[in-house]
Amino acid sequence: MQKILFKNIDVPDARSLDTYKSRGGYAALKKALSLPPEKLISMVEESGLRGRGGAGFPAGIKWKFLPKDRNRTIYLICNADEGEPGTFKDRHIMEFDPHLLIEGMTITAYAIGAHHGFIYIRGEYNWIAKLLMSAIIEAVTEGFVGYNILNSGFSFYIDVFRGAGSYVCGEETALMESIEGKAGRPRLKPPFPATFGLYGESTVIHNVSTLSCVPFIIEKGPEAFSKIGKPRSHGTKLFGISGHVNKPGLYEYPMGTPLRKLIYEAAGGVRGGKRLKAVIPGGLSSPILTADEIDVEMDFDSLLSIGSMLGSGGIIVMDEDTSIPMIAQKTAKFFAHESCGQCTPCREGTNMIKFLIDRIIAGKGGHTDLEQILRLCRYIKGSTICAFGAAAAMPLNAMIKKFRGEFEALVR
Amino acid sequence: MINENTRKTIERFIRKFPCRDSALVPSLSLIQRENGYVSEADMEELAKILRLSEARIFSVASFYTILSLKPIGKYHIQVCSNVVCSLLDGYPLVDYIAKILGIREGETTPDGMFSLASVECLGSCGYAPALQINMEHYENLTYERIEEIVEMLRSGEVWK
Ligand SMILES: Cc1cc2nc3c(=O)[nH]c(=O)nc-3n(C[C@H](O)[C@H](O)[C@H](O)COP(=O)(O)O)c2cc1C
Ligand code: FES
Repeated sequence: MQKILFKNIDVPDARSLDTYKSRGGYAALKKALSLPPEKLISMVEESGLRGRGGAGFPAGIKWKFLPKDRNRTIYLICNADEGEPGTFKDRHIMEFDPHLLIEGMTITAYAIGAHHGFIYIRGEYNWIAKLLMSAIIEAVTEGFVGYNILNSGFSFYIDVFRGAGSYVCGEETALMESIEGKAGRPRLKPPFPATFGLYGESTVIHNVSTLSCVPFIIEKGPEAFSKIGKPRSHGTKLFGISGHVNKPGLYEYPMGTPLRKLIYEAAGGVRGGKRLKAVIPGGLSSPILTADEIDVEMDFDSLLSIGSMLGSGGIIVMDEDTSIPMIAQKTAKFFAHESCGQCTPCREGTNMIKFLIDRIIAGKGGHTDLEQILRLCRYIKGSTICAFGAAAAMPLNAMIKKFRGEFEALVR
Repeated sequence: MINENTRKTIERFIRKFPCRDSALVPSLSLIQRENGYVSEADMEELAKILRLSEARIFSVASFYTILSLKPIGKYHIQVCSNVVCSLLDGYPLVDYIAKILGIREGETTPDGMFSLASVECLGSCGYAPALQINMEHYENLTYERIEEIVEMLRSGEVWK
């Protein structure tokens, strides 16, 4: 099976530049620098690469949104905030194959005309931030990053910027606010980052895994990428499987692989021979699936068609003994804690839902409380500046609707 | 107190980024790492160095969860209490650690050695349950492993 992001995962010391080069690393960068930037943009567009950060926006189209004026300052940001519960994919790329990301960023920067890039990494990944910084220094020393890269006349610098603990800073505009020395409160869009991003300049922002697909596309050609996966969901994806499985971990599979196969083949099935109860397919913000729904194929469209989301590809598996109201309680606590507080429906709504679920679990809730939670979910969704509101409302709504009996058993 | 070395690093941050305000979050994190928390005096000093208002510094410092505005233990034990880690421990880890240390969540031991907090997902879900002590991650935890770690820290052994 073709590996794109994990091609070096079994190689000892893949982290070092020498090993990376000996495995063909930075060949894609050399090829890229010999081509005009417009050609690279069309290659990425043809490959059908879609963002791996959650929303799945086509990368080539995002790049084309940049103003055509080549004299403007353009920033490239790599989103390594990885705060979505159930998600642990980007850390692996950065920890075990940092040059893959650095190469992907440098090619992207050349394509879009950026000379300064940031890797915004969550503060808890302290050791990875240090590894990244030394990998960048290695790359600068050999001329793959920095001034006049490989004598091409193109220069590009990368800074590692550490977050300080905030889930909402993974939202692209909150992340930019954070780099600008502010609290991470998302901005109203439009204007979109392509015209008004970091420091008010044009900015392209991508997830770690998105940028790490770029070297493969440039080296092997867009068809090599688009022939993997499914129509409209090309390439491979890193699926992080956690919870009640025998072999939790991170697995690279083509887009469109059935969820059943990931749980039973890759992750070795439900642990202790228990029956499966439910699965959260794409990080905590994605609506929960029942055991009957796991024949779904893991791609953008298939999950949408059954009312869920591919999201970050963080798959959380729950066995028959799991209490869904307990999961809902943790979910509500998370979103109430992480709401940045600027939109009233989100700030008040998430806290109200948490209060109601706590009351239900304490055995003091009534039937009207369940209705009230569903109503709050409806009010929050769509009435906030960023997608956080929807990310909080959708999963809670699905948990109550699909496992209503369990909640009703707790209320009077 | 922001010491000479810390100040130098902050000045490096100021030069490094295209805009001096960008030094704010890195400087606060640095003070947190160096001093164990960010005091009011630190924020006043930082306001002067960065030429920003104290209100601005406080508004940012109080937003991010890694930054503590009150003194905490020498070892700050942050236990993940999110979904996956909760699925994998029969008995909540945070209660277990609270029992070993003899304190409740949010408290510090009288000798100032340990403080305990529950936090959100640490990005270790595939290796759950997980916790973080200061800046180090500990994964695939068992009750025995936790006791070992606490013992190691108590005896002052250098740890990974
Ligand atoms: C509340 C919230 C949290 C987010 N967290 C992350 C994150 O941790 N990592 C990430 O790559 N994208 C995250 N996103 C998505 C980003 O806003 C953005 O869409 C993404 O970085 C774009 O990169 P892509 O095109 O490569 O997917 C989040 C979005 C929201 C609304
Ligand atoms: S849920 Fe505990 S590390 Fe993700």
